[in-house]
Amino acid sequence: MALIAIVALPALAAFLCWLPPFRKMGWHITVACQCAEFGLAAFIASKVIAEARITGAAGWFEADGLSALTLVIVTFVCALAAIYAGGYMRHSSKGKLWRFYAMYNLLSFALVAVPSQAGPNLAWVAMELVTLFAVLLVGFENTAGALEAAWKFSVLTIMGAPIALLGFLVLFWAWHAAGHVQRDTWDGLQAAAPAMSPSLLKLSFLLVFIGFGTKTGLAPMHTWLPDAHSEAPTPVCAVLSGVKTSVPLYVILRFLGVVLASPGAHMGEWMVVMGLISVAIGAFLLLQVSDYKRMFAYSTVEHMGIILAAAGLASRASDFGAVFQLLNHAITKSLCFYVAGVVLLTVGTREIRSVRGLLRVSPFAGAVFIFCALAIAGAPPFPIFLSEFSILSAGMRDGHAVAVSILAALIVLAFVGIMLQVNRMTFGRPGRVDVHVRVPQTCRIAVLAAAVPVAVFGIYVPGPVHSLLLLAARQLGGR
Amino acid sequence: MHLPVGESLNALCAGLILICAFAIVGTRQVQGVRRFFIFQSILLAASCFLLAWGEHIADLWWLGGITVTAKVILIPWVLKHTLAPVLYVRREISQVVNIPSSLLLALLLAIGSELLVGPVASATANPVIEVNLPIGLACVLIGAYSLVARREAIPQLLGILAMENGAFLAGIAIAPTLPLIAELAIAVDVVLIAVIVGLLTRTIEKTMGTTEAAALSELKEETVEWR
Repeated sequence: MALIAIVALPALAAFLCWLPPFRKMGWHITVACQCAEFGLAAFIASKVIAEARITGAAGWFEADGLSALTLVIVTFVCALAAIYAGGYMRHSSKGKLWRFYAMYNLLSFALVAVPSQAGPNLAWVAMELVTLFAVLLVGFENTAGALEAAWKFSVLTIMGAPIALLGFLVLFWAWHAAGHVQRDTWDGLQAAAPAMSPSLLKLSFLLVFIGFGTKTGLAPMHTWLPDAHSEAPTPVCAVLSGVKTSVPLYVILRFLGVVLASPGAHMGEWMVVMGLISVAIGAFLLLQVSDYKRMFAYSTVEHMGIILAAAGLASRASDFGAVFQLLNHAITKSLCFYVAGVVLLTVGTREIRSVRGLLRVSPFAGAVFIFCALAIAGAPPFPIFLSEFSILSAGMRDGHAVAVSILAALIVLAFVGIMLQVNRMTFGRPGRVDVHVRVPQTCRIAVLAAAVPVAVFGIYVPGPVHSLLLLAARQLGGR
Repeated sequence: MHLPVGESLNALCAGLILICAFAIVGTRQVQGVRRFFIFQSILLAASCFLLAWGEHIADLWWLGGITVTAKVILIPWVLKHTLAPVLYVRREISQVVNIPSSLLLALLLAIGSELLVGPVASATANPVIEVNLPIGLACVLIGAYSLVARREAIPQLLGILAMENGAFLAGIAIAPTLPLIAELAIAVDVVLIAVIVGLLTRTIEKTMGTTEAAALSELKEETVEWR
């Protein structure tokens, strides 16, 4: 029941936001709905921890460790971004706000629909809906920059859809050819993978990887990502960069679990290579960005690459690192965008070179900016440091010395890139500051609430979270 | 398939669909691209009905009906109504690569996809799969190429939809028993793509006065001087 409710609730909220008598209350409806969503996701996660899986409607809505983890991540980010949007959108947007909130709820509907599906076919449909609603939100401001970003975003990511569709059709064919007549579910596929034709599995994985890799923002198909993630309204950036990239990656990881269960298809090595390419491109672009929202967007490319490479290493320990990184990326990256929005409200520009001495201009903005930059770059004792370190040590233990050394070098490079820019922005004597908006209360609340798990998880991972991560890592198919 | 006539007719349809994909790459006029897309969709539906009749799969009758409704009627209607002024006033499309070279590249893509999936398809000894899978993949790849080569919003959108046609052509051969609800959801999705991207195109046209994607090139990385 909870699984069906979690999908139905945001759709209902979107409808309410659209109804003329409720249009003024868009924000309240959205916050109430998104907080309820997070509660539902936590409930689902607790059931999954107790019973390993939960069924809403057999063969349609099912959740296990990995999907419960993704649901928790998605709803957490969506809830805080909704709170953040209250003050932020009133200050910075000229568009019709009820429209924004209706589309926001539709996006969150599509986002939770992907991980709550039992099988791949409807997950593809839900993923398409995610893309379409995200396109609407990226272009929401109707400025030249926003429209250009929305256009690049829509052409590249929708182009991935037919390729992935063909991949899923081939997967269904392989499943059918292995003698199965019922609908395909992720679970059934993973169990049946050893009996399926390896060449068909490889072909379908390749197609899905190209199609959904484009949506994830994996290099070399990442070019839309910095545009979309910098031009969209800030709360949307947080959702896009924090979880909209993780959701197609969730599908890829799921599929990777199926492919790794087949002894004939060697896909792990390829995933390590593709992941490293993304990390490299993200790290080098971080050195030469001129816009701090784009800086966080490139760091997303880097992190997606790290997760993919870790899943490709395919051991129990590296799989745990991968799902831990998935969680840490979402909580930290969304915090980064909330803070970037606060900085933007304070100084009125997104250019790194025009911001100097942020700590003196606004101690609050400066302090949280340093905090989130250290967290996203992976300094100890933040959780990203922990997950990256566990991936590196897991790889070392299994003897992947070359891949691990390249990964470590690139992570250090990305760290240096981020810290250089942040150093220039926060310290020193401030220049002339033109715009000075008082940071809205809802933004402060969201920033502080989002900072709590980022500060805590690096030192102490609560028991339920740890067991959820262990359950989720099991689905990635490492040995 | 049980009937050789059906097989040959299906092969004819698939061949014409591939020719349509080439025509979409090679046409200069926006209107022409739209017409070839509709023609390709009609052929896809025909191929669907042929398979339904030849292999007695009831679902494929429905799928053919869905294809006609979504791609032959709804999408052209949506495009006509969201984009009417842009679509009918405009003329030739500028391309990054000239048309003969584009056609040559499309040919290479077609040969490449035959080489890629030919062995898998012929292993099944099913003549429908042997025809539809390579041609479907070729249409997907050629559609992707036309997206890269075109510099105009509407042909880019039609390129995406043509890619979808290619995936469907392969799909009716390799996965004819895919649950109907999934097929229906996919069709609704395709119509939504047309609506939303069409609306986006119209907004871009209103705000910037052009639908040339080449004009959209403000956002990029500048090199920062190190200080």
